[in-house]
Amino acid sequence: MNAVLVVGVIGADCHSVGNKILDYAFSEAGFKVVNIGVLSSQEDFINAAIETNADAIIVSSLYGHGEMDCRGLKAKCIESGLENILLYVGGNLVVGKQDWETVEQRFLEMGFDRVYPPGTHPDTAMKDLIFDLRLNMIPEGGSMNGVYSAY
Amino acid sequence: MECIQLIDFGSTYTKVIVVDKLAQQIVASAETKTTVETDIMIGYEKAFAQVKGQVGGECEWTDCLVCSSAAGGLKMIASGLVPELTSEAARLVCLGSGAKMLEVFSQKLSSQDIANIKKLNPDIILLAGGTDGGNQDCIIHNAKRLSETIKQIPYVAAGNKNAMDDLEAIFNENDVYYKITDNVMPVMNQVQIEPAREVIRNIFMEKITEAKGLGKAKEKLSREIIPTPMAVLRAVELLAKGTEHSKGWGPLMVIDIGGATTDVHSACDGYPTHSGTIMKGLFEPFLKRTVEGDLGMRVSAESLKDSVGVRTLEELSHESFSYVTDRCSVLSNNTELLATNKREVDFDESLASAAVKVAVTRHAGLLESVYTPLGMLFYQTGKDLSSVNTIIGTGGVLAYSKNPEKILKHSLMDKTKPEQLMPKKARFVVDGAYMMSAAGLLSERYPELAFKLMSDYLKKVGKKNEPQKQKMVRRSVS
Repeated sequence: MNAVLVVGVIGADCHSVGNKILDYAFSEAGFKVVNIGVLSSQEDFINAAIETNADAIIVSSLYGHGEMDCRGLKAKCIESGLENILLYVGGNLVVGKQDWETVEQRFLEMGFDRVYPPGTHPDTAMKDLIFDLRLNMIPEGGSMNGVYSAY
Repeated sequence: MECIQLIDFGSTYTKVIVVDKLAQQIVASAETKTTVETDIMIGYEKAFAQVKGQVGGECEWTDCLVCSSAAGGLKMIASGLVPELTSEAARLVCLGSGAKMLEVFSQKLSSQDIANIKKLNPDIILLAGGTDGGNQDCIIHNAKRLSETIKQIPYVAAGNKNAMDDLEAIFNENDVYYKITDNVMPVMNQVQIEPAREVIRNIFMEKITEAKGLGKAKEKLSREIIPTPMAVLRAVELLAKGTEHSKGWGPLMVIDIGGATTDVHSACDGYPTHSGTIMKGLFEPFLKRTVEGDLGMRVSAESLKDSVGVRTLEELSHESFSYVTDRCSVLSNNTELLATNKREVDFDESLASAAVKVAVTRHAGLLESVYTPLGMLFYQTGKDLSSVNTIIGTGGVLAYSKNPEKILKHSLMDKTKPEQLMPKKARFVVDGAYMMSAAGLLSERYPELAFKLMSDYLKKVGKKNEPQKQKMVRRSVS
């Protein structure tokens, strides 16, 4: 069974290009992608993850208000019975020039398992997914050079 | 003369309409009290004698089609996983199958839920939950708990296809009647109605009609009996889409104001018409039906008053607070009461106007604005009905009203509330001859005839419409 990923852009953010790229890259690599699109609320991510029995929620935020939109997501996941689901977040998470280390730390404290800065290649997240989900898969589509495995 | 008999066993009246197949017109109609408590055929025979009298001697009865909402119609319970997703999809399926929704459950059922379902005693239980490949625990848990306790009620399983083998084993083990069909939500946010509806229709015919005292009708009249709302939905679809030879009416809506409920049917895509609008949540089906159990002219008059507020009814009817409250309580306690003078008729029409307004508002989608760094954007949940260009009203209050347009115009968009996506401009049509369910019965076998009859007998109302030649229906009531 392929790993199921819920992908979407959180809050009042409607940047759809990166969302489409992630959808394409993950699908090509052999993941089952449930794309809930732009302008998605925390509840939309959680509801989709429950119904599809997802392995990970991958949140994008491009417009700088990511911190505000992402607060409380982990707590709601726990409340909804998704305490073990992987939470990834990436994009332009904060406004202005802030030190990445502290930004990453803030999001890790919010309960995210992985936090990605602007300009991250989808391969990086895929590599982490394979490791975190203990998957033994060779991504299809050739976007990744070589084989990544948790084993 | 070749005649087709169309029978509608209603909760109070049994209606029989006779159509001349070649002349393509209604040649007789009659209604009598439904006699479901004793023998449903007694009331029917009486009505049949009347239509036979109207038709005269030379008549060959070529076909007989039957629908029924007698003995409470088709009552259903649905259960899903997430309230906004599979539970909502399951609800849309039940309503789209012509059922009366008793209750919709979400997540894993508790012992209290199961006791509650037992008490509600539905005709069919619909189980959903999980997209294909998604969550299985919920539907398996529910199927197990339910079939262990409730053995007499047929089950329809329309959830995650990966759970269906387990469900089959559970149902077999507990020795209950079940049917497995395609998922009501195979992928996120996509509702799939047809497969489950077909299964529900079959169970209604095979199992429910017998239990509802319709066994004799099935034996003597027609093997196929469908729930009346399903017949209406078929008519709505045919009228909107047209037939091979006739062009459809396009996007339309039907409002049925009854004594206990107000039903709204819409046939349109409902896609956004505003620029910068993004769809959220479930994609609702082309053919959507909602039933408002709290809005009605008699049994639900009191709950209608509570839902819309006394103030609204005061404004609509220009009556005092005490008249409104008294009259509503009298009407809901005396369901057979007819309006006898102008004041009472006017008040009935005010009730109908309020019911139309609230029922259509609930049926229609909603637009919410969001401010983003890219400017203002809109979320749309549900269907945008602004493309609807025909609104058809049915029900006694409209059929007998001198000014049905006044009632129906409450279904249009309120200019102060543009976020409620109701129709903007539409022509109004009244179904005074109970054509919709009759045409729906005809639609499967005789689509051209059904379409022709609706075009002929549905009466356009309102000033802007050109006068149209009307065919009269002879009817006798006993």
